[in-house]
Amino acid sequence: MQITQWSDVLSGWLMGMGLPGWAAIAIVYGVGSFILINYGMLSVLLLIWITRKAISRMQDRIGPNRVGKYGLLQTVADAAKLLSKEDITPYQADKIAYNLSPVLAVSGVLMLLAVVPFAPGLSGVDLNIAALYIVALGSIGIMAALMAGWGSNNKYALLAGFRVVAQLLSYEIPLVLAILTVVLLTGSMRFGNIVEIQSLHVAGFNLGLGWLGIVMPGALIVFFISSLAEAELTPFDLLEAESELIAGFHIEYSGMKFAMFFLAQFLNAWILAAVGVTLFLGGWQGPGVGLPVIGPLLGLGYFMIKVYGIYVLQQWIRGTFPRIRIDQMMSFAWKVLVPLMIGLILIQAIIQKLPTPVAIQYVLIFIANVGVMAVVAYVLQKYFREEQIRTKRSFEPKSLIGAMQVSDEGTMY
Amino acid sequence: MQLPLGVEVPIPTFEQFVFIQVALLTAVAALAVVMSRNLFHSALALTLTFFGVAGIYVFLEAEFLAVSQVLVYVGAIAMLIAFAIMLTRSMMYGRTSPLNNQWGKSSLFALLFFMGLLAFARATPWPSAGEPVVADEALIAELGREFVTTYVVAFEVLGLLLLLALVGAVMLARDR
Repeated sequence: MQITQWSDVLSGWLMGMGLPGWAAIAIVYGVGSFILINYGMLSVLLLIWITRKAISRMQDRIGPNRVGKYGLLQTVADAAKLLSKEDITPYQADKIAYNLSPVLAVSGVLMLLAVVPFAPGLSGVDLNIAALYIVALGSIGIMAALMAGWGSNNKYALLAGFRVVAQLLSYEIPLVLAILTVVLLTGSMRFGNIVEIQSLHVAGFNLGLGWLGIVMPGALIVFFISSLAEAELTPFDLLEAESELIAGFHIEYSGMKFAMFFLAQFLNAWILAAVGVTLFLGGWQGPGVGLPVIGPLLGLGYFMIKVYGIYVLQQWIRGTFPRIRIDQMMSFAWKVLVPLMIGLILIQAIIQKLPTPVAIQYVLIFIANVGVMAVVAYVLQKYFREEQIRTKRSFEPKSLIGAMQVSDEGTMY
Repeated sequence: MQLPLGVEVPIPTFEQFVFIQVALLTAVAALAVVMSRNLFHSALALTLTFFGVAGIYVFLEAEFLAVSQVLVYVGAIAMLIAFAIMLTRSMMYGRTSPLNNQWGKSSLFALLFFMGLLAFARATPWPSAGEPVVADEALIAELGREFVTTYVVAFEVLGLLLLLALVGAVMLARDR
């Protein structure tokens, strides 16, 4: 099925009106980026509302319910409040880095929206290297955190900035390797192709349930865990542990600049969910997307339902999981996730070279995923049992001789 | 466009216009790298330069190379340089001047080097493609195939070099 991009349709129509080619392309991309950027900015209002409502329900509270219906306009009120706040610049701050950092943080995330495929033929631009583009632009966010930490002229902010870089760079590796498994299987880095491959035709009708996450559950789980870390969400949110570290690298920011870091963070969580859905959960695929007229609308609906579902799952984890220590976090990335993914990729590459039909390869890849995950789960369980015994021992007194005397009443001193 | 003096002013096409912007950005950022008094600002300007070079790659329809450039140079190398500057305390507050008493001689040599490069670039008969190359998945796949066939030795040596660097870093960083 040949899917026409909306940009081709619009630019063709404009050129039919007699515009020169470059003007048509400029107008089409201008319209696309205008819609995407505004969608991104406005959807954050909804995302923050979902987060607050979901977490309040988990904590047996009601959450915002005064401004607007169901408190939907609470975020608008908060944004107005933040706009009216004083914009403080710390003494001897590095002005360039301090002021540029929030802008970079937001723009780096907004640029990612360009390749998200919302519906058949509806994505900002269908890059042939979209998967790599997503990974490469992650570095802008890291740079922004580093600039914020440095520019604030605050040693705590700087230390937190270093920690952000360490965390984001570490979890980028399993994330990239998980994306690589999909690229290896589909042979394409174009999101349009990756989504189209995940269709499932039964008797000529597109059920749209050939999701790669079913074939590769291991890669899906690793992608989800590392996307939690990349989006700075619980259990990996000690970058902005409000109660312990007073918000880490953006400690010195106030007013709208502070809000921009939060905007970037919420939007980043949503976009990583969208990328995960595109790669592993079929993107806009679903029953009936192949139908002529309502197909694209259904696709948009499926995509949004899946992405917001994953977003709610992220918030569910945020509301229930404890935060883990930085050393545990780093060793989990380097000693568990990276070897796991490298093993998976090696096995998958060998399987794909076997002279068997594709269906059997898929089954073998599924078995390999489950097998590798089982091995990792077994090793982790053994490790944690030993760790439990070790910590229990370290809390016991070294020598008991003479340390305790039983008195006449039978109580211990 | 005809000016009153009779001088022909070439009007840039749309592509040339974009190219001029990207090239100016790259050149100004590169100048800022060497002119800035604050080393951290130099590192930031270097990042901008890398972005500009990536932009030129996009302009040459080598998107894969452009994104790789951002991934490797901005994501890793610029970050490493920023770290190195931040961890050397005496250099980071902008007290050092980028100029010393040899700036005249070195700028002369830089100019000579640039002239040499320019002469070399003008003298080389560049192969010009008749029509624009279509960057597609096939092209990236071809690149990958070249890496493991024609350039396999260079590829493997690079891998070995990176492995050695990794082992060295672990040796330096482990606590004794």
